[in-house]
Amino acid sequence: MSEKRATPLLDELEKGPWPSFVKELKKSADTPAVNDLLGQLERSYEEKIGHWKHGGLVGVMGYGGGVIGRYSDLQAEFPECAEFHTLRINQPAGWFYTSDALRTIADIWERHGSGLTNMHGSTGDIILLGAKTQALEPIFAELTAAGFDLGGSGSDMRTPSCCVGQARCEWACYDTMGACYDFTQTYQDELHRPAFPYKYKLKFAGCPNDCVASVARSDMAFIGTWRDDIKVDNEGVRAAAAGGVDIQKEICDMCPTRCMAWDGSTLAIDNSNCVKCMHCINVLPKAVKPGDDRGAAILIGAKAPIVGGALLSSVFVPFIKMEPPYEDLKELISRIWDLWAEHGKNRERVGEFIQRIGLGNFLEQIGLDPVPEMISAPRSNPYIFFGDEVSEGGQA
Amino acid sequence: MSATKRLTDIGPPHYEKFLPPVVKKNYGQWDHHEILKQGVMVHVAKSGDKIFTVRAATPRLLNIATLRDFATLADTYCGGHLRFTSRNNVEFLLTDPANIEPLIADLTKSGYPVGGLGNAISNIVHTQGWVHCHSAATDASGVVKSIMDELYPHFVDMKLPGKLRIAFACCLNMCGAVHCSDIAVLGVHTRAPKIDHTSVPKMCEIPSVVASCPTGAVRPASVGGAQSVEIIEEQCMYCGNCFTVCPAMKINNAKTDGISIWVGGKVSNARSEPKFSKLAVPFLPNNPPRWPEVVGWVKKLVELYAENARKHERMGEWIERIGWPRFFQLSGIPFSKYHIDDFKHAGETFKRSVQIRQV
Ligand code: SF4
Ligand code: SF4
Ligand code: SF4
Ligand code: SF4
Repeated sequence: MSEKRATPLLDELEKGPWPSFVKELKKSADTPAVNDLLGQLERSYEEKIGHWKHGGLVGVMGYGGGVIGRYSDLQAEFPECAEFHTLRINQPAGWFYTSDALRTIADIWERHGSGLTNMHGSTGDIILLGAKTQALEPIFAELTAAGFDLGGSGSDMRTPSCCVGQARCEWACYDTMGACYDFTQTYQDELHRPAFPYKYKLKFAGCPNDCVASVARSDMAFIGTWRDDIKVDNEGVRAAAAGGVDIQKEICDMCPTRCMAWDGSTLAIDNSNCVKCMHCINVLPKAVKPGDDRGAAILIGAKAPIVGGALLSSVFVPFIKMEPPYEDLKELISRIWDLWAEHGKNRERVGEFIQRIGLGNFLEQIGLDPVPEMISAPRSNPYIFFGDEVSEGGQA
Repeated sequence: MSATKRLTDIGPPHYEKFLPPVVKKNYGQWDHHEILKQGVMVHVAKSGDKIFTVRAATPRLLNIATLRDFATLADTYCGGHLRFTSRNNVEFLLTDPANIEPLIADLTKSGYPVGGLGNAISNIVHTQGWVHCHSAATDASGVVKSIMDELYPHFVDMKLPGKLRIAFACCLNMCGAVHCSDIAVLGVHTRAPKIDHTSVPKMCEIPSVVASCPTGAVRPASVGGAQSVEIIEEQCMYCGNCFTVCPAMKINNAKTDGISIWVGGKVSNARSEPKFSKLAVPFLPNNPPRWPEVVGWVKKLVELYAENARKHERMGEWIERIGWPRFFQLSGIPFSKYHIDDFKHAGETFKRSVQIRQV
């Protein structure tokens, strides 16, 4: 093996109280690929520029996604990391592991790759960083034998992810992990074989706190909510007040619809005006809880800036009961995918597609009725393209 | 015996295999939770069962040796059970409260600090940077490490007015939802790719390079008699797609790449609706290994928020209350034309009233 690379700049980042990625890298400094990676990274720190290129499709047989090809652009100098591909491994829902499961992944990755991982990648997958092309099939065989499979990449359904939900959170308004697993299994083909205009992400959050950022990061966000009254235990509220929470100031005055009143002993809520924002529940977790008639709101179309600017997702289905086998939802998803696959442009996310053709037209095409919960305000411009429903007599 | 069949499309393992018994038993039956101290919380089920969570930071980039260490800790203290969070923290799941302190001691000794709950800074979600991505305008791990070394007290304490979520991405592709964070640190390219015309014909297929550009900025051109491409610079938004298919179109530029800082975004619906982060500092230089300019500004913004926001207010809620002019005044960030949107629907962010604080 080549000599140990000197890394004076990176060494700086071993200091300080926060966990150091350089220390993590150096735990494998004896692995030739990681030694060269350290050398190349030090070069980037010297020159203030990255040294990776994409180039060439790599993957495992029969899959179009899950592996990202990565090559050094300094291959002569750092030959051991010349090929340094990423594998995305579909994480278990909620990112729960047993110690044995972690060891299994570690052992496979030690046999075939760099020993470096991300726990987890941005979309949620387990990321194995740094495989050579020839190692991909053997890794895949061992992973599947151990019960793991690849996640998505490219223009496919990306690996769905979810918050911890009912496994450990009392606020979860539906079974996020169950739904995430179910949808992931249903769409294995769409996940592994890119056939869409661009990526399509599903994220499952159990309540409006949205711990998986689904409103910002997923083409389709399932955000838990409820329809009936918030459950208030006034004894608990009084206890919180005695413990120092200023109920008027911290709860009533910060409610977005000001639908609460506190008289010093009872917290009264006008539930018809509660928008389920979670604020009072977050601040008083022992005393105030979501109602019992629980389900989810479905939002559509979030994305990062590329190509046409960033979008937050918008309300699509204001409330639906989230119960397996989720047939209505899957039916809806296929109608969306059919329409978008046929008419979407290359690299056009569904959110941009909707902006281009108009949400109203989109709804009409997939057979969903427009409802006022979908908008923050009706249009203010008069450029309406009236259809045939306005008759010549002027009657709509 | 025949060779084993090649397994495909099996999907992820079922999560049930990995759940602690107390979770399986009380699935969907949790009643409430409480933060016992920074980094430690208890969830209490309707049955009265309890699960204790100890949260520790990780650098996201983890060596398998570390995974094995975590596995050992989970065996020692948690019956082998642990999980990770959406912000790259590790959580150990215990049923015996007597194990909490020894676990914390072990984690602290190994350099994985315990914290990140409640009104604090949780881990910074981030991207690959120079460690592994081809279009990175800066490193990710190094900037994050530098920032968190400085903000560490806000991870191990709970002294902020509300939650503070910081995210980092190394280019506009923004792997990770940096665009809706209290503070978003974003690597930026500021120039269109440089075309190496001698390599284009050798390394790249011209039609696929042209097709790769989402804005149609790349077109075929003959340069010095050879087939190559040209870029209409005004149309380029520095996405690096052309570089992805053609290594001869280098987007990375040591001199002109840098970092911008955005503030006031959120994804939760609590109180105010989810919102984008908005531009605070347009450009800071890449200055490895410690990026002092970036760290300095992030720290300043956190301190400003800590001093001025009301209890439970997020960064964006605080700024909206005091108004952007005062934010610029307080922060000392010079306001420039770059702060004024000039993309689609830009006018929506123009001020259309005279409700102005005239001081
Ligand atoms: S999104 Fe809601 S239900 Fe899910 S973990 Fe966060 S707070 Fe709990
Ligand atoms: S959930 Fe939000 S809107 Fe509803 S009562 Fe509580 S603070 Fe008000
Ligand atoms: S944000 Fe950009 S540079 Fe960073 S990892 Fe993602 S695509 Fe690569
Ligand atoms: S960087 Fe993106 S926008 Fe610019 S020329 Fe290349 S593909 Fe087009």
